[in-house]
Amino acid sequence: MNNLNTFWQANKAIACFTIMGLILLFVGLNQSWALALGIINLSLISAIMALGVNIQWGYAGLFNVGIMGFAALGGVSVVLIAQQPVTEAIDAGGMKMLFALILGAATITAGVLLNRRGVNKWLVSAIVVIGYLFTRYYFSEAADLIEKVDPAITGYLGGFGLPIAFSWIVGGIAAAGAAWWIGKITLGLRTDYLAIATLGISEIILYVIKNEDWLVRGLKNVYGLPRPVPYEVDMQKSEWLQNIVAWIHRSELQLLSQSDQIDKLGDYVRAASVVFVKLSYSGLILLILVAFILLSNLALNSPWGRKVRAIRDNEVAASAMGKNIKRQHLQIFVLGSAIVGVAGALLVTYDGIFIPTAYQPLRFTFLIWVMVILGGSGNNLGSVLGAFIIWFIWIQSGPMGLWVVEMLGNFIQEGNTSLEFIEDRVHYLRLVFMGTILLLIMRFSPGGILPEKNKEL
Amino acid sequence: MAYLEGNNLVASYGVVPILHECSVEVEKGELAVIVGPNGAGKSTVMRVLLGMLDATSGSVKFDGKDISMLSTQERINHGMAFVPQTKNVFPSMTVEENLQMGGFIRKDDISKTIDEVYELFPILHEKRKQLAEQLSGGQRQQVAFGRAMMTRPSVMLLDEPTAGVSPIVMDEIFSNILDVRNAGMAVLMVEQNAQQALNIADKGYVLVSGRNEHTGTGKELINNPEVRKKFLGG
Amino acid sequence: MTSESIDIINAFALLTNFVILPALSYGSQLALGALAVTLVYSILRFSNFAQGDSMAFGTMLVILISSYMISRGWTITGVPTALLAIPMALIGMSIYLLTMDRLVYRHYRRIKAKSIVGISASIGVMFVTGGIVRFILGASAQRFGDGERFIFSVREFKAYTGLEQGIALKTSQFLTVTIALLLVSFLFYFLQKTKTGKAMRAYSDNKELALLSGIDPDKVVQITWLLVALFTTIAGTLYGLDKGFAPQQYHLLLLPIFASVIVGGIGSPIGAIAGAFLVAFSEIFLTYAYKKFLIYLLPLSMHPTSLVQLIGTEYKYAISFVILVIVLLIKPTGLFKGKVIVDE
Repeated sequence: MNNLNTFWQANKAIACFTIMGLILLFVGLNQSWALALGIINLSLISAIMALGVNIQWGYAGLFNVGIMGFAALGGVSVVLIAQQPVTEAIDAGGMKMLFALILGAATITAGVLLNRRGVNKWLVSAIVVIGYLFTRYYFSEAADLIEKVDPAITGYLGGFGLPIAFSWIVGGIAAAGAAWWIGKITLGLRTDYLAIATLGISEIILYVIKNEDWLVRGLKNVYGLPRPVPYEVDMQKSEWLQNIVAWIHRSELQLLSQSDQIDKLGDYVRAASVVFVKLSYSGLILLILVAFILLSNLALNSPWGRKVRAIRDNEVAASAMGKNIKRQHLQIFVLGSAIVGVAGALLVTYDGIFIPTAYQPLRFTFLIWVMVILGGSGNNLGSVLGAFIIWFIWIQSGPMGLWVVEMLGNFIQEGNTSLEFIEDRVHYLRLVFMGTILLLIMRFSPGGILPEKNKEL
Repeated sequence: MAYLEGNNLVASYGVVPILHECSVEVEKGELAVIVGPNGAGKSTVMRVLLGMLDATSGSVKFDGKDISMLSTQERINHGMAFVPQTKNVFPSMTVEENLQMGGFIRKDDISKTIDEVYELFPILHEKRKQLAEQLSGGQRQQVAFGRAMMTRPSVMLLDEPTAGVSPIVMDEIFSNILDVRNAGMAVLMVEQNAQQALNIADKGYVLVSGRNEHTGTGKELINNPEVRKKFLGG
Repeated sequence: MTSESIDIINAFALLTNFVILPALSYGSQLALGALAVTLVYSILRFSNFAQGDSMAFGTMLVILISSYMISRGWTITGVPTALLAIPMALIGMSIYLLTMDRLVYRHYRRIKAKSIVGISASIGVMFVTGGIVRFILGASAQRFGDGERFIFSVREFKAYTGLEQGIALKTSQFLTVTIALLLVSFLFYFLQKTKTGKAMRAYSDNKELALLSGIDPDKVVQITWLLVALFTTIAGTLYGLDKGFAPQQYHLLLLPIFASVIVGGIGSPIGAIAGAFLVAFSEIFLTYAYKKFLIYLLPLSMHPTSLVQLIGTEYKYAISFVILVIVLLIKPTGLFKGKVIVDE
């Protein structure tokens, strides 16, 4: 009975992934391969994020409403690690900024240390306030100096000019650091506090990246981030790609005249270069995703993981362990957030551009949540499946909504203003749609599509 | 036929059977006590009598009528009252508000009943404007009794009223319970402190693994050598 | 008087106009929202993440109804039509919240789900609600106040007092503080003195015992949602009259509202109000640029050249967060003893 059940579960996963694959194949054949690969790549990145959230929610019941913030930290890391330093800006205000930041850090440290020593609270507060005022003074002066350096192109310090892959690790560490801080404060208290605190930190991170131009250019965005994979232009020049493309289309090309042949081949090579670049990204992201899944499965089957599951499945025994739970939840929260941070870095790497305003809670927090819940909370493969399904629906529901409106338009007279109005706002209905999906799954199938095995609900 | 009786009750939590044909009864003006080891199903009897748990077989009769199919709320409307073991007051409400909430379902004037409670427990009148959470353990137990009495019940069910209190407070609570009985109510109580409880009981039941092991008056049970040996520690 | 000497009266007028009055009305708006969160928390036992978007929903109803009323000429001179639209909007809001309870929350109450499930459900409701509002009204900011803008304007104040620095009392500020006072008094009267209000407190205190006392949980929950509809709609409308309506802005109000609730002590109505004013005053005091204020107070030689602003306005939400963090670090029960700091 049990064997049969596991057998069915395994096949259910395979069946679901096969169907998803066929749908994407259909998109590739009918719409375009670039589109299909685009969906796949973003699904894969979302899957990594969902994996991180799933570890927090599925393994420990920790509710993270600040996924967006942790993803943004990953994005910032890409800019700070991979961009070339802007020497003029560093010369102009770099030292001053460094001094301001050190002063700020020193103020906080002094405040904490003095407070621990039991020094008079008013004195400590006074020291912190004075320290803050000085920090703020030097800080805004430095920021002004930096932002004045060629603001249309730079106006920020730039990065360290290191290989971009390095930024993925740094993104993970940055997110882990923020998570550690939040977790340290809120874990052990009510579960709502963690949720509220994650929401808060996420909004603050967003305000920082939007407003601190000296750091990541704020609303001016950062363009032209380096790539871990070749550029399309270079690929088009490479002979082997040309040869492959020529071979694939040989029968069609033979029928054409010499000049048409070259034109056509050029078109095909251009398309192929795009597909090749996207494929390289797919491979890279998939590799990281698989590595994370393997690592987390390995961890879950280690003595540590057994303890995690014991705590999750048996609250009574768990509460007897008291402090241990808090420490363990902190570990899980930090790990999960680190994975989200890595995914955030990968996303910016893939986009090649850093846009602070793109960090909307809808895309980063809510969609990921729907993915985790739909796929099956606690089940890593489920999160991956959820990521593919939800991202696909998300991408396709935009055009689909417009299509429905157009169909409606056939029945309504031309120039009807209410129709334009709907066309303008139809994408907001996606929010309603996704919210409804979330609520329906929670209500009627709390285990999701691929429920986690052996979990007491 | 007794005033309140549970006949041949069988009940289980999920698949775990708890009660096997267990019977208890209590008359008006009588104090009946259920004692027995941990896990004997003492509190379960009470839950079944109150309709908080459905019996798989057996019946509950109250004042001659079969009430097995009624909900907890309906049973309370019919004159049953219950004082849970823990969390039996509204901590952030005043003593008086606790009593008012006890009489929530009554449509008539409840001030007379409140006065009756104050008469029974004078200290509550003195502390009527204080929050229940600020009272001592014994006083809080009086609030719990008072709250349950507000529906003017004819039968009162008490779940381990002396759990976790000091011996002095225990005596105080037992004397309160006798007051309640003397007011003419039928009182059925589950007790951990078997010796003291049987001392004041008119009737006692010793429950073991969901079955009636011994039944008799309080005195009879205390004097029964087997009961003494097994349950009263010699 | 010239600005070269020390001038306490003008400095105080300046502070009243730009800090105290705005903070009073903002605090009142937050307090009403925080009370709604407190009510839901006390009775339904979860933190309602949909509060900000619910406020947007209620305000949307008010905007739609009042614009219809304006188009029909059903207005009263001098009074914002939005106020007249509130009763109708309240009916709509009550229906919306009761429907959401029936479709979403009731199930989790029945199966006695953990409070974190209530939170995730409320996040689902938050997105659905936010989506509906944005679909109907769009995402951009708009104003919907009509009628007199000022009870008295800066000019009138200056003419009357002869001070250099004027104080204006906006209609929206006056309405906010007055209505908030009335609503809060009503709530406290209701909870302390009426049988239904006491039953709600009893239910919040001890659910099992409330059931044993014959208190109907479904009725308690319904009344709670009706109160939440009242507070949410009015809080949203007053905020909108004061600062304009923008869905994203309302969504973000969640942060200061939660901060207020936790600072005050979760589950404590008085705490929610105190917390709201603490958050509002900190936010406005810390983001105000004190340059002009100091010019009034300091001798010429010490006049500041910079804005003397402690924190940039763009970080005002960070202030609620920092307050939240400090409270969690120092006194997690909040200023007024909150219900529980660790999960039951």
